[in-house]
Amino acid sequence: MQLLLESLFNGVAIGSVLLVAALGLAIVFGLMGVINLAHGELIMLGAYTTYVVQLIFKLPALQPVYNAYVLVAIPLAFIVSGVVGILLERTVIRRLYGNPLETLLATWGVSLILQQFVRSVPLAYAAGLVLALVLGFSLPIVLPGQLLDRPRARLVRAGSWLVSALAGVLLAGGLASQISRIARATSRNVDVTAPKWMRGGIELSGMIFPVPRLVIIVITILAVLGITWFLNRSVWGMRIRAVTQNRSMSDCLGISTDTVDVLTFGIGSGLAGIAGVAVSLLGSVGPNVGTSYIVGCFMVVVLGGVGNLFGTVLASFAIGVLTDLIGAGRLLSIWPSMPAPLASVVDFFATTSMAQVMVFALIVVFLQFRPAGLFPQRGRMVEA
Amino acid sequence: MNVSFSKRLVAGFAATAVGVSITACGGGDKTANTDFDDTVTVGILHSLSGTMAISESTLVDTEKMAIEEINAAGGVEVDGKKYKIDYIVEDGASDWPTFAEKSEKLIDQDKVPVVFGGWTSASRKAMLPVYESKNAFLYYPIQYEGQECSNNIFYTGATPNQQSEPATKFMFEKSPAAGKPFFLVGSDYVFPRTSNTITKEQVKALGGKVVGEDYLPLGNTEVAPIIAKIKKALPDGGVIINTLNGDQNVAFFKQIQDAGLTPDNGYYVMSYSIAEEEISTIGPEFLEGHYGAWNYMMSIDTPASKKFASDFKAKYGKDRQVADPQESAYNMVYLWKAAVEKANSFDDDKVREALIGIKFDAPQGPVTVMPNHHLSQTVRIGKITKDGQFEILEETDGPVAPQAWNQFEPSSKGFACDWTDANKGEKYKL
Repeated sequence: MQLLLESLFNGVAIGSVLLVAALGLAIVFGLMGVINLAHGELIMLGAYTTYVVQLIFKLPALQPVYNAYVLVAIPLAFIVSGVVGILLERTVIRRLYGNPLETLLATWGVSLILQQFVRSVPLAYAAGLVLALVLGFSLPIVLPGQLLDRPRARLVRAGSWLVSALAGVLLAGGLASQISRIARATSRNVDVTAPKWMRGGIELSGMIFPVPRLVIIVITILAVLGITWFLNRSVWGMRIRAVTQNRSMSDCLGISTDTVDVLTFGIGSGLAGIAGVAVSLLGSVGPNVGTSYIVGCFMVVVLGGVGNLFGTVLASFAIGVLTDLIGAGRLLSIWPSMPAPLASVVDFFATTSMAQVMVFALIVVFLQFRPAGLFPQRGRMVEA
Repeated sequence: MNVSFSKRLVAGFAATAVGVSITACGGGDKTANTDFDDTVTVGILHSLSGTMAISESTLVDTEKMAIEEINAAGGVEVDGKKYKIDYIVEDGASDWPTFAEKSEKLIDQDKVPVVFGGWTSASRKAMLPVYESKNAFLYYPIQYEGQECSNNIFYTGATPNQQSEPATKFMFEKSPAAGKPFFLVGSDYVFPRTSNTITKEQVKALGGKVVGEDYLPLGNTEVAPIIAKIKKALPDGGVIINTLNGDQNVAFFKQIQDAGLTPDNGYYVMSYSIAEEEISTIGPEFLEGHYGAWNYMMSIDTPASKKFASDFKAKYGKDRQVADPQESAYNMVYLWKAAVEKANSFDDDKVREALIGIKFDAPQGPVTVMPNHHLSQTVRIGKITKDGQFEILEETDGPVAPQAWNQFEPSSKGFACDWTDANKGEKYKL
C-alpha cells in the first residue's frame, strides 16, 4: 500500500512538472495550432523573473516578507512571459499563420536569440529592459483617453516611452549598484533559493513528501483550474473557443479574431512563465533550462490530443507515472516474484536513461494506433 | 624514469614539418616592451560560448594571468633571447568538432608552438587526432577518467588514482558512513561511466558493496526516480558517489535534501566535479556536510595557495573564486615555460623531452611531470562547510604518482605508459 502510494505520488510529482510546463503549449499549439519552439525559452524567462524577484526580496528592506516572494513571482512571471509572448506574436508569428514550417523555423530562431540574450546581457539590464517594455506598452492604455486623442498624441506617446525608458535605466542602474552579482553578464546558471518553509519534506507515516514538489502540484492545480474556468466561463474564453472552432464564422459574428490571437498567445506564454516559477524550485536557472522541457511538452500535448486540455492533463500524469514505474524499477518491488527473464528486462530499463527511451517508445507505439492522441478533437475540424 | 633521453624516439621527428614558430611582432616594436628581444605566440582554446563557456572561461582568465605574470617576470628565455609571450584565444564553442577545427587553425595558420585548451573529455577526444597527426602539442588541464596517454598531450589534471580512488577509500574507511554500501550517480557520458566502473571494482576490492547506479541523460533534471531508487537501495544511509555534470548537480542536491537524504540522516555524497565555484552556484546550504576530492582547494593554508587566490581576485574581482581546474591551467603555463627554457628551444620534440621530470612549486604544493605525460600531485579530501569552502580532512603525504591506465579496471590492469622509453610508449605491460 505504502509502496503504491509513494509510487503514485512520485508519478504525480513528475507529471505535474510536465503538465505545468506543457499547459501553455496546450493553449498555443492546441488551440491556435502554432508550433512554438520558443516555448521553452518563455519558461526560462519565467524562471529568471523568479530569480530577479527573489534577489529584490533579499534586499534588507524586504527581508521580513522574503517568504512571500513566490506570491509576487507568479503574477510577475506570468506578465513577463506573457508580454514577451505577445511581442513574439505581433512581430513574428502573426505574419506566419498558416505556414507551420516557417513558424517552426522562426520560433526556433527566436529561441536561440533568447538563450543567447540571457547569456550575454547582464540580468540587471535585462530587468530594466523588461520594465521599460512593460511600461511603454501599458502607459498608453493606462493614460486617460483624451490625452491620446489630442493633436499632440504623438508627443504623449513618445513621452511615455521616454519615461518608460528612463524607469528601465534607473532600475537597471539601481539593481546593478545594489547587487553586484547581476551587474555583469554571466552565462553561469543562477540559483533560486526557496525560503525555509519551501525546503525539506513533510514526513507522513514513514514517507517523505518533498515540499517543493507539493508546491508545484498546488501551482499546477491552480493553473489548470484557472485556465479551465477562463476558457469555459469567461467571455473572452468563449470567444477563444469560438475562434478555435470556426475562425471565419466568428469573424463574421463580430469577434475580433486578431485580439483573440494576441490574447490566446499571451495567456499561453504567461502560463509558460508560471511553469518557470515552478521549475526554479527544482533545479538551477540557466539559459538552457527551457530546452530540457520542450520535447516533453510537445510529447504531452500530442499524446493528450491536440486541442484538448483534459487530454494534456491525463497524458502528463500517464507519462509521469510511467517514468517513475519504469525508471525507479518499481515493477520489481510491486511484483517481487516476477519470472527471471522478465525481471532482467525490467531491471535493464530501470535506469533514468533507459526509462526515457522506453517511455518515448511506448508513446510512439501508442500514436501508431491513435494518431490523434488520447482524446482526438471530434466534430467540426479546427481551422481546416 | 632513469631511461636516457637519447633513447627516445627522436629519429624521424626532427625532420617533421611542424616546426617552431615564432611570430615576430611585425611593426609593433614601438609599443612592445623594449626589454624583450622577440615574441612567442601561444594558443588558448576553450569554449567562450555555449554550455561549457561558464566553466571554461575561468580557465582562459587563469591562463592569461599566468602568461602576464611570466611576462612581468621577464618572459621566456631561449638561446639567450628574452621572449614575450603573446596569445591567441580561440573559441571552441562547446562543440567538439569546432575544437578540432580551431586546433588545426592554431597549428597550421598561427603556427603556435603550444595550445592550452579543452575541458570535456569529448573535446579532448576530438582534438587528439589533430595533434597526433601534426605532431603538435596540447596541454589539457582537467581531471579526467584516464585510460589515455598520448605523446602529444600533457595532462595536468588528476587521473582517477589521484582523485576518485583516494576518495572512495576515504569514504569506505574513514567517513561517518564507513563500511556502508555505495550508490553511484552520474551524468550519462564517458567520464561518469568510466569513473564508476573503476569505483565499482575498487569498492569490491575494499570489501564493500555497490548497491546501485544510475545515469541521468545530459540536460535532464528530473531526478525523482533516482532518489526513489537511492532510498530503496540505501534504507539506512550510505555513501553516494556523484559524477553528475553542471546544473544537474543543482537539481540533485536540492531534491535529495527535500527528500531527506541528508548528512544528518546518514547519507553522504562524495562529488568529483564540485569545486568552490560550483558550491557557490548550488548554494552551500544544500552541500554542507557532503564531501569533495581535489588536488587544489582554495582553503589550502600555504602562502603559495593564498597568493594564487588573492592574485586572481585582485585581477578579476573579489567575488571570484579559484578552484582545482584553474590551478591546473595555471600550472601548465608555468610548466611549459620551464620546459622551453630547459630545452632552450621552442621545438616540440625538444620541449617534450625536457618536460619530463620538471618540478614546479604549484599553489597546491610541488608537482612533477612524469614520463606518462601526467603530473604527480597531492590529493585532498574535504568536507564542504557553511561558507562554501572545503575543510581539508585528509591529505596524502606528498604527491601521488599518476596512473594513466587504471589498475582497477580489468581492461587496463597491469598496463602503464612511459614516453621516455621507445620500447614502452603509450601502453606497455608492467
